Amino acid sequence: MTRISVHVDGAAYSDDVEPRMLLVHYLREQLGKTGTVVGCDTSNCGACTVHLDGRSVKSCNVLAVQADGHEVTTVEGLATDGELHPMQKAFHESHALQCGFCTPGMIMQSIDLLNENPSPSEEEIRTGLEGNLCRCTGYHNIVKAVQSAAGKAS
Amino acid sequence: MTVTEERPADGPSKQIGAARHRKEDQRLITGRTKWTDNIQLTGMLHLAMVRSPFAHATITSIDTSEAKAAPNVITVITGADVAEEQGGLPTAWAITPDQKSPVHPSIAVDHVAFAGEIVAVVVARTAAEARDAAELVDVDYEELPAVLDLKKAATDEALAHPDLGTNKSAFWQLDSADAGTGGNVDDAISEARANGIVLEREYRQQRLIPAFMEPRSFVCDPTGEQLTLWSSTQIPHITRFFLAVVLGIPESKIRVIAPDVGGGFGGKLQFVPEEVIAVLAARRTGKPCKYTETRSESLMTGHHGRDQWQKLTLAATKDGTVTGLKVDLMADLGAYAGTVGGGVPILGAFMYNAIYKFPAYQFNCTNYYTNKVLTDAYRGAGRPEATFAIERVMTDLAAELDVDPLEIRERNWIRHEEFPFTTVAGLEYDSGNYEAATAKAKEMFGYDELRAEQQRRRDAQDPVQLGIGVSTFTEMCGLAPSRVLGQLNYGAGGWEHAAVRMLATGKVEVVTGVSPHGQGHETSWSQIVADRLGVAFEDVEVLHGDTQISHKGLDTYGSRSLVVGGEAVVRAADKVIEKAKVVAAHLLEAAADDLEFSDGRFGVRGTDKGLGMGEIAMASFAAHNLPDGVEPGLDSDATYDPVNFSYPHGTHLCALEVDTETGGIQMRKYVAVDDVGTIVNPTIVEGQVHGGLVQGIAQALFEEAVYDDAGTLVSGSFVDYLVPTAADTISFDVDHTTTPSTTNTLGTKGVGEAGTIASTPAVVNAVVDALRSFGVNDVQMPCTPERVWKAIHSSGTKGDDPTEEAAMPHFDEAEGGVK
Repeated sequence: MTRISVHVDGAAYSDDVEPRMLLVHYLREQLGKTGTVVGCDTSNCGACTVHLDGRSVKSCNVLAVQADGHEVTTVEGLATDGELHPMQKAFHESHALQCGFCTPGMIMQSIDLLNENPSPSEEEIRTGLEGNLCRCTGYHNIVKAVQSAAGKAS
Repeated sequence: MTVTEERPADGPSKQIGAARHRKEDQRLITGRTKWTDNIQLTGMLHLAMVRSPFAHATITSIDTSEAKAAPNVITVITGADVAEEQGGLPTAWAITPDQKSPVHPSIAVDHVAFAGEIVAVVVARTAAEARDAAELVDVDYEELPAVLDLKKAATDEALAHPDLGTNKSAFWQLDSADAGTGGNVDDAISEARANGIVLEREYRQQRLIPAFMEPRSFVCDPTGEQLTLWSSTQIPHITRFFLAVVLGIPESKIRVIAPDVGGGFGGKLQFVPEEVIAVLAARRTGKPCKYTETRSESLMTGHHGRDQWQKLTLAATKDGTVTGLKVDLMADLGAYAGTVGGGVPILGAFMYNAIYKFPAYQFNCTNYYTNKVLTDAYRGAGRPEATFAIERVMTDLAAELDVDPLEIRERNWIRHEEFPFTTVAGLEYDSGNYEAATAKAKEMFGYDELRAEQQRRRDAQDPVQLGIGVSTFTEMCGLAPSRVLGQLNYGAGGWEHAAVRMLATGKVEVVTGVSPHGQGHETSWSQIVADRLGVAFEDVEVLHGDTQISHKGLDTYGSRSLVVGGEAVVRAADKVIEKAKVVAAHLLEAAADDLEFSDGRFGVRGTDKGLGMGEIAMASFAAHNLPDGVEPGLDSDATYDPVNFSYPHGTHLCALEVDTETGGIQMRKYVAVDDVGTIVNPTIVEGQVHGGLVQGIAQALFEEAVYDDAGTLVSGSFVDYLVPTAADTISFDVDHTTTPSTTNTLGTKGVGEAGTIASTPAVVNAVVDALRSFGVNDVQMPCTPERVWKAIHSSGTKGDDPTEEAAMPHFDEAEGGVK
């Protein structure tokens, strides 16, 4: 067991974890942050995407011990004072989700995408979301949501 | 006359047709969702499966001692341990009374029939400890010859189940001459051989994997009077029935809950071994037990779809009028007959004639077992296969005659004034307008200009050729009239149930027997009830997916939820209005006939007197002043059994560029004009179309479940099974024409499967269209750059080399290659 201290969604946590524990399992099972989900075991689907110190990472590809001393933001930490994050709103208003399983990861990646490139082209959006799989929407409305969020931000 | 019939037909329809944002989204975009894998119960144990690495083998011994001694392992269960109690997983659809169906134990006892079949189950205190201990279970196998190829299975040289004596499960035929729905197809073919055109084609429907995003998860809590099973399933009601039948538990002692479910596409339309095992493990240990599959387990052992060989013989006159169609199908069921199982190809039997007026038709289907994971329903289930084949061969007929593929369709399709139309397969199509959908699609597409560009590129021998693909599809939706299912030997009915509960505060609870997993029923059902009862959209709460709340239902699949389940909601709401009317008349001291119901209010005609639905609900709840003999409460139930299917249709047009030097394909434009009848929520409908399109396009271009010659699934991860990404797809042009269905009150037709059914042939037709000038008339799916390139460079071949049976190299191997 290794002792780690992590800030997650604004709260401080300190825990003993197995060195092999993945960050996503730490978030889900130890902290109850079940908004972040596991969709595959090869880091292809991106459903587990969170922000580590403000940049998107696939939390199935990060060990919990690697998050020691860092700040993690999950989809549950996006809304502030009961107000949804603009990307959450954009996903809702553009009907960019159906079953919603990929949605937390897709939203986290989309935010990162716009942080990097505030006014991306459609192609840049599509390439930027290449690491996140969705089986319901055909991506059409996800692209629209990111465009809409980019439009409102600029 | 009922109250509702007094409402003007074009009366205030504030919600139906409105692009409401979804109610479901709030919890999904904030991570407040209840997936099965999120459930944690005190003292909960975790399961890990030991799975056969062999496609076909006998189990000679299992040593569990080391696993049992591992840290925090509670027990290890083998097939032998539960042989007496586990029963066999049933198939709901034996297509013939003499269908051969091998017994499918949840845990294999002495014989495994596919790689991935469960042979032992480890129960431990954590998931990681269970997984670790599963590695310690020592199983000895004696390998048997594996039957992997469908055509080889038909020879019975090796047997998937030696005890059955054959790989053949059943043969099923639909013949229009025998059924009295058309002429003799062999006569039509003979006549065409002498004086017309005969096209003979063979198409391969590759094996696909539903690949829903949420891996399946199951939690069984055995404590309390009833055992509770949470399952990421499309079919909680059917699962409860099967659990009772298979394990001999009284149905009344079982509660099945489908909480938030992350996609299904047919892949969760299955009663699975893991559900039985979760229940068995929970009962043995007395503790809640959870099992969540890994993605690799999901791809390897969740059922697959398609996997057919289709032979078509199309007879036509020299002017391109089709005179007969004969279909000979071989379908690979995999190792066992699944929940729908052998019935999937039969669902296609009624759709090969599609939108056309074929005078003679024969459909022959033989189902075979192989040593691969079982196949079952995958988005469209039988109908995409049928639509693909007919839309491919109709396009070839046009090429044969050198006419436009839309022209040959128009020559043969049912004209709008001919509805209702009884088809050669015996179905009565109630409504449709193929001309209107096609005209709209052509205009949106810029059809003539793209054809001109195609010609320019051909003339210039441009290395990048343009292909234009057409698909004018229809499908049968709204599964299904119970009588029809009975005639087809299906094990259950096709009705649906709903309840509308008027709460004292004027809020409304709608209970539905369908079980959504992404379709937005909470929103659409709210729209329907808001309009019907004249209450606020926000005041309607839709409850589903728990057999203790929704005690009756047949769940979600086959584009049935709105068409069948929505109609049940309408009928339950209408009964509420009828009940309310009696109370309103009493309270208003008016004759019921003098009341009119509009916008949620009963008014006395010619006066300003009236009462709102909320006031009546409160009065009925208090029950202080009700008419004699009237029960308190307005709550109402309805169970609706459809009398016919519904028949959405549409015209899809696809333009794509093929780089003839690399075989690479770039989609340029895709137009879908679908007639799905009355649209309740256009935003949701468009979303269904978008997602469906990509799944159909994925079959055409990307996806295939590939086994190696040992029966190992080599496309067993998302590294190797190519679910398209955002970068692989384009934005679509989607629109609608509307001819309301006449088979239900709202005029809806169903939309869940439309995009998937229509798009696969549109895309492959476009690929072939781009390559016609190279003498290519088919490219086998998925149309990979390799296949396309080979088709171009070995003129006249079909590009049908089987997919390379190799997984992507693993990282260490790749690195080794660099050194």
